[in-house]
Amino acid sequence: MEKGFEVLDHTADIGIAAYGADTKQLFTNAALGLFSLMADLDGIQEVVQRELKLSADDEEVLLIEWLNELIYIFDVEHIIFKRFEIDELSGNQIRARCFGEKMKPGQHKLKREVKAATYHMLRITKDNRGYEVKVIFDI
Amino acid sequence: MPGWEGQLTKIDDYRWEIPQSYKSGMRVPGLVYANEAMLGVIKQEQSLEQVANVAFLPGIVGRSLAMPDIHWGYGFPIGGVAATRVSDGVVSPGGVGYDINCGVRLLRTNLNEDQVRPKIKELINNLFTNVPSGLGSEGKIRVNEKEMNELLTNGGHWAVKRGFGLAEDLEVTEETGQMRGADPEKVSPRAKKRGAPQSGTLGSGNHFLEVQVVREIYDQASARAMGIDRIGQVLLLIHTGSRGLGHQVCDDYLRIMEGAVTRYGINLPDRQLACAPIESAEGKDYLAAMACAANYAWANRQCITHWSRESFARVFGKSIEQLGMEQIYDVAHNIAKIEEHNVDGNKVTLCIHRKGATRAFPAGLTEVPQRYREFGQPVLIPGDMGRCSYVAIGTDKAMAETFGSTCHGAGRVQSRGAAKRALRGTDIAKELAAKGITVKAGSMASLAEEASQAYKDVSQVVDVTHQAGISRKVAMASPMGVIKG
Repeated sequence: MEKGFEVLDHTADIGIAAYGADTKQLFTNAALGLFSLMADLDGIQEVVQRELKLSADDEEVLLIEWLNELIYIFDVEHIIFKRFEIDELSGNQIRARCFGEKMKPGQHKLKREVKAATYHMLRITKDNRGYEVKVIFDI
Repeated sequence: MPGWEGQLTKIDDYRWEIPQSYKSGMRVPGLVYANEAMLGVIKQEQSLEQVANVAFLPGIVGRSLAMPDIHWGYGFPIGGVAATRVSDGVVSPGGVGYDINCGVRLLRTNLNEDQVRPKIKELINNLFTNVPSGLGSEGKIRVNEKEMNELLTNGGHWAVKRGFGLAEDLEVTEETGQMRGADPEKVSPRAKKRGAPQSGTLGSGNHFLEVQVVREIYDQASARAMGIDRIGQVLLLIHTGSRGLGHQVCDDYLRIMEGAVTRYGINLPDRQLACAPIESAEGKDYLAAMACAANYAWANRQCITHWSRESFARVFGKSIEQLGMEQIYDVAHNIAKIEEHNVDGNKVTLCIHRKGATRAFPAGLTEVPQRYREFGQPVLIPGDMGRCSYVAIGTDKAMAETFGSTCHGAGRVQSRGAAKRALRGTDIAKELAAKGITVKAGSMASLAEEASQAYKDVSQVVDVTHQAGISRKVAMASPMGVIKG
C-alpha cells in the first residue's frame, strides 16, 4: 500500500479513508490519520509510551473504540501519538503500544479538536489490494 | 458525493414534503423548510435521505423535520427535529449529537460601536487570555469528584453559587440552566475524567466568542424587552457546549444503544441512529446522563459569561452594572427534551430531539421567562464570522408545526477540507480585517475551516423560518471582534 490514509470531505465534519495490507496496518493508519487531523506530526517526538488493550463486539466497533480511546487519552493527558505498534489484533481484541509526546502549545503545530470517531457509514472492506475503511469524525 | 434524487412534494414556497411512501419503513412523512434556491444546495448531498431515515424511529409523530440550515450529519441530519412519543417511542443519542447542549448565549451592553471600536484589539486579546480556548485547553476551575456531581446536577446554578455570573442570568436561560432528571451516577467515570479539566473552556471548531454590533431592529417591542434599544449597540455572543464530557456521554450511550437496538428488535437504516425505548432502562439512563451533560454546558457558558464580563470591565474601566452587561437569553441547540404538545388534537408527552435546532416557544407559555412572556421566547441564531447573526422569537405556528422549534444557524455548504483548500487562515484574517472584523484564533487551520464561504447565508435561512412563520425576526447584528478556538 502506497498511502496509509487520506483526508475525506464531509460537510459538517471530517473523515479519513485508511488503508492497510492487513488489519494491523489498517488500524495503525486510521490512528495516524486521526492524529494528523489534530496536529502536524512531524514536530512530535516519541518520548511517551502507552499500552492499550481493548475489546469490542466486532472489528468495526473495535476500530471506533480504538480511535475513541486515543481521543480520550488526548483529552485527559494531552498526548499526541505518532507511532503505533500493534502486538495483537484478532477479530474483537486489540493490544497495542502507542508512542508520542505530550502536547506543547506554542511549540507543536496544533490543528483542531476531534470530538469523536463516529459509526456513520462505517464499513471495513477488503479487496485484492488490501483493507480499506472510511471513518467520519465529529469535530 | 452523489446528489439526492428522492421525492419531494411542494407544499408552498417554504415547505416541501418527503412523502411517507418514499421509503418503505418510514412511519411519518418528512417536512423540509427551505426556499427553492436553498433546496438546490441541500440536494447536493444526502441530508434529505437522513430526514427520511429519521422517520423510521419507533414512536415518531408528526413529521421528521428539517430546518433550512440542514446539512449532512452522521445518522441524523444537522438541522433536524424529531418528536417521539414517550409512551412507546425511542430516544436516540444520535438525535442530540456528540456536543450535548451545544448552544448560544447573548449578552447586551450599554456600549456603542464607537466606544468599542478603538479598543477592539485590546478587548479581543483580553477575552482570548481570560477565556481558555483551543485544542487541549484546560479550564481555570478545578472540580473534585463531589463537586463534579454537584455541577452535573445543578448546572448553571452550581456556577452562580461558585461566584460565576449572576442569579438573574439563570432566569433567562433555557431550563434556568438546570435540566431536571440529571443523575451523575449515569455518567461514566471516563466522561467525568474527560470533562474535569475542560470545565470553563470554549473549545475549538465552530465554537466562538463574538463582539457584535446591532445593525437592524425589526421588532421594536420585543427588542426593547431584551434590552436591545438601538442600532450601533454592542452585544456579546458565546457559542460552546459540553466539551469532552458530552462527547463521552454520547459515545458511551451510542455503544449501549447499539446493543439495545438488537434487544428491542428495532429496524434502522443507519447504525448511527441507534436508540432505545424512552421508558426502557437504557433510554432513562441516557436521558439522565444527557441532562448532566446539558448542565455541564450551562455551567460552562455561565463561567465564560463571568470571565467575559471581567474582560469588558477591565478594558473599559467600568463595572458590570455600568456596562449594563445583562444576559438576553441562552438556548440549547443540541438536546432532547420531554415536552407536552398537541398531536391530532390530543395533548401528548413527547421527547423532542433537536439536533442543530432551537426551541422557539411562543408568547404565553410558562417555560418562557416572565420578561418575555408577552412576546415569545428569544431565539439566538448565529451566522458565520464574516456575515451576521439574528435574534428572533418563537411563535404559535412553531408550536403547531415544528413542536416549538426553528433553525439554529447558517448550516455548512462546504466541507472543512474544501474551505481550507480555497483559503488560508491568514488570508481570512486579512479579509475580515478589511471588513473591520478583528479575529483571533487558536489555530489558522481551524480559522480557514470556519470561513464565511463554508456556510450558507444565515439571512436566507432566517428569512425562510420568518416567512414560514416558525420564528419571527427581532434584530440583526454583525461581528466586530471574533475569537475562534
